[in-house]
Amino acid sequence: MNFPILSSLILLPTIGALFILFTKSSSGKYQSSKYLALFISLANFLLSLYLWYVFDKNSIDFQFVENREWLSGFINYKVGIDGISILFVILTTFITPICIISVNATIKNRLKDFLIAILIMETFMIGVFCSLDLVVFYLFFEAGLIPMFLIIGIWGGERRVYSAFKFFLYTLLGSVLMLVAIISIYWITGTTDVEKLYELGIKAEYQNLLWLAFFSSFAVKTPMWPVHTWLPDAHVEAPTVGSVLLAAILLKMAGYGFIRFSIGLFPIASENFTILVYILSLIAIIYTSLVALMQEDMKKLIAYSSVAHMGFVTLGIFTMTQQGIEGSIFQMISHGLVSAALFLSVGVVYERHHTRLINKYGGLVSIMPRYAIVFMVFTLGALGLPGTTGFIGEFLILMGAFEKNILVAMIASLGVILGAAYMLWLFKRVVFGEINNQELKTMKDLKTFEIITLSALVIPILFFGFYPEPLMNSIEASVENTLNMYNFDLINSLASKD
Amino acid sequence: MENFQYILPEIFISVSIMLFLLVGVFKKNSASLIYNLSNISLIILLALIINLSSLDTIYLFNNSYLIDNLSNYMKIILVGSGIFVMLTGSKYIQVINLNKIEYPILILSSILGMMIMISSNDLIVFYMGLELQSLALYVLASFNRDNLLSTESGLKYFVLSALSSGLLLYGCSLTYGFSESTNFDQILINSTEFNYGTTFGIVFILVGLAFKISAVPFHMWAPDVYQGSPTSVTLFFAILPKIAALSVFIKFLYTPFANMNDQWQTIIVFISIASMMFGAVAAIGQKNLKRLIAYSSISHMGYALAGLATVSNQGIQSSITYISIYLVMNLAFFSCLFMLKRNDKYYENIEDLSGLSKKHPILSFSLLIVLFSLAGIPPLAGFFAKFYVFLAVIEQSMYFLAIVGLLATVVAAFYYLRIIKIIYFDPEKEEYETSHNLGLKITLAISTIFILAYFIYPSGITEIVSKITMI
Repeated sequence: MNFPILSSLILLPTIGALFILFTKSSSGKYQSSKYLALFISLANFLLSLYLWYVFDKNSIDFQFVENREWLSGFINYKVGIDGISILFVILTTFITPICIISVNATIKNRLKDFLIAILIMETFMIGVFCSLDLVVFYLFFEAGLIPMFLIIGIWGGERRVYSAFKFFLYTLLGSVLMLVAIISIYWITGTTDVEKLYELGIKAEYQNLLWLAFFSSFAVKTPMWPVHTWLPDAHVEAPTVGSVLLAAILLKMAGYGFIRFSIGLFPIASENFTILVYILSLIAIIYTSLVALMQEDMKKLIAYSSVAHMGFVTLGIFTMTQQGIEGSIFQMISHGLVSAALFLSVGVVYERHHTRLINKYGGLVSIMPRYAIVFMVFTLGALGLPGTTGFIGEFLILMGAFEKNILVAMIASLGVILGAAYMLWLFKRVVFGEINNQELKTMKDLKTFEIITLSALVIPILFFGFYPEPLMNSIEASVENTLNMYNFDLINSLASKD
Repeated sequence: MENFQYILPEIFISVSIMLFLLVGVFKKNSASLIYNLSNISLIILLALIINLSSLDTIYLFNNSYLIDNLSNYMKIILVGSGIFVMLTGSKYIQVINLNKIEYPILILSSILGMMIMISSNDLIVFYMGLELQSLALYVLASFNRDNLLSTESGLKYFVLSALSSGLLLYGCSLTYGFSESTNFDQILINSTEFNYGTTFGIVFILVGLAFKISAVPFHMWAPDVYQGSPTSVTLFFAILPKIAALSVFIKFLYTPFANMNDQWQTIIVFISIASMMFGAVAAIGQKNLKRLIAYSSISHMGYALAGLATVSNQGIQSSITYISIYLVMNLAFFSCLFMLKRNDKYYENIEDLSGLSKKHPILSFSLLIVLFSLAGIPPLAGFFAKFYVFLAVIEQSMYFLAIVGLLATVVAAFYYLRIIKIIYFDPEKEEYETSHNLGLKITLAISTIFILAYFIYPSGITEIVSKITMI
């Protein structure tokens, strides 16, 4: 076995957090801890880029697999990545340094603790995307609740306690059923190793219940209608950086879980429940888009738009077509970048004006021209204008949907229009128009670090919008493999019925 | 006579108790001396037990006393946690003027009683051990005799415990009457055929034991006794009697009544579910930390019993693992409680924790870890405890028990989160002393690191426990 590159990727942030623990306390001069955190997260980002470089994109197997004896010999610590997970790993390592750079602006007290929480969070998030054992996956998936609960609760806004509790208990409730399912899988098949489970397959009679148990967890985390209500609360109350992490990465865990586990392990049940997912996704797309139109709080609007975008993702995944799944993955990456950027943009004006209410703003274009430009790019990215990543994701998902069910695709297309409506309206109300509020005139344009973070997000949004090939290359083989396995299992089960 | 080498630990502790009593009577102001001596004798006791633990199963005194893997492991964690209980409480009893010679001696006698319970293989020997530990506990509960709550708790515990002992004895006599023996193995052999007498015996014995382990519906004493007793005694109550009672539970269910698992399985499942749910729901409204931890321990006992309900070695082992991790979590929690001290006064209300994290970051972090672990959130030790139990429960396809249990963890998570909220999210209120005695600091450090780092090498306890097989 070679150098354990994935484990180091997972552990590096935690080691960094330990170092930060021993830096000088956060009173006054806390810069050292921040630079240390930034250094660690950038190192992790470079490591993940190196990983992408050495990653064999044509192989359908899991790569860099590490398999160690862990739980008294019957459950192993197993990590590995394929073309799908590597993108999420890079997304995580890319977003984390951006979060750390923007920390200064939003976090007034206890900066050291905050940095530690973020780095620990990064460990858990990377762990989720790398784990190839259900128990290890569950461990990372659940452990992420602890730092996120603290981030919302300690550094959040007015109603932070309510939101933190809601976030924690909703997610925990969804997840415990998944734990029952994971243990059941262990006793049914004798292993929780994902690769082995792909080979063995799970008997059709068990699949429906197991699928539902996993679904209960992923649906809460995605979040799908009607269990999405924790998300707007959590987003509104969380500090900017917390919202960024939540929107950019935490929500992707569930989408990733759908592809890796729901489709991979329970193909027959996935086929059975496709209609359910379609309906819930369509409701999410249409209903939350309408709700987003009515929001007066910027963060809440973006939160509802996240639910709508994730509706596209789940819809795309369950079309079970090459385009649909690739589109979903692309949409998740795109949404990770765009929503992170939107929350940061809201953070920029919130920090200056201390309100998130849309009607308190207007005419920012004349006082903050640079801000207006980047905010426009992100808005267009969110509504899926060609040339941004948002377009490719939605386009592919709709292509997949048209192939399967025209009615579903048509309703979903409505969501694209609604998405354009609420995003453009938001942009118009905030950036264009007259300056009615005299206090706004004192607002300054972007500072250096804000330019760095926001342009770091503009570049991939535009670059991959025009040239999606690198991302597509990476996922193509793995998605094809997932679908092949899916169809193979399905045909087998049909054959055994006859 | 050569048998005596196997009960050397019990002999040693009895002799120590008597010796310390004499020292206490003849030497004035010797309370602290005896306290330290007791602690040393516990350490020697632990060494003696570990020394014996390499042996195979040994039956002593006409098969009425049994030394096997189960009893050895249980005694080791019993005495081990006894040492830590003494270490953490030493300052506390001085501060609240309880440093009397009787205190350590009562603790030692109670530990002796528990060791006899754990090793007993006969109804009469078992009952002797049980009464020895109970009598010592009655006095300990009301040890702070100037305090109204403490005397109330002692009296309450005495009355209810005596009642349950009565029921237990009635069950024992029924069992004896219908199976013609008091020896556990003999009862097993004689009770191959179903009869109502033994079934009634089982029910009464289980009621008595459920009382000792404070499982619903025989839990009523626990909150009052936990709150009223001096905190060091509460810690003792929260750990040691539970270890002994769980061990006896395993013994009764899987030796004399092993053939009748269809009779008792439903009872255990019911007690387990009721404890998990009741403990979780009732703790939500509590204001006193000791009272809260009483309800929390009720619900934890529910999980430990869930493992026993499975009728499998896996289940027994998971229960034992559960109690091992549970005791570490309790040690850590109570160590934190002992640190909430200012001007010789200890604080024990949840409100007193308000904003603790600003001035006491390390203490708050330990509490954070302990509380998340008690709630069973991965990757902390408490999660693995629950994981093993549910692994065993689901192996037997007892899905209802598993799902109710896991839903109860969500309810329970709420009140643990509430404490974390008060520590971390609320404005700062109190400030406490920061100098603590070494024993307390060591206990807190060891237990917190254990909880935090358990996931790195989770096989440690499981491998030891996997030697314990009852079926």
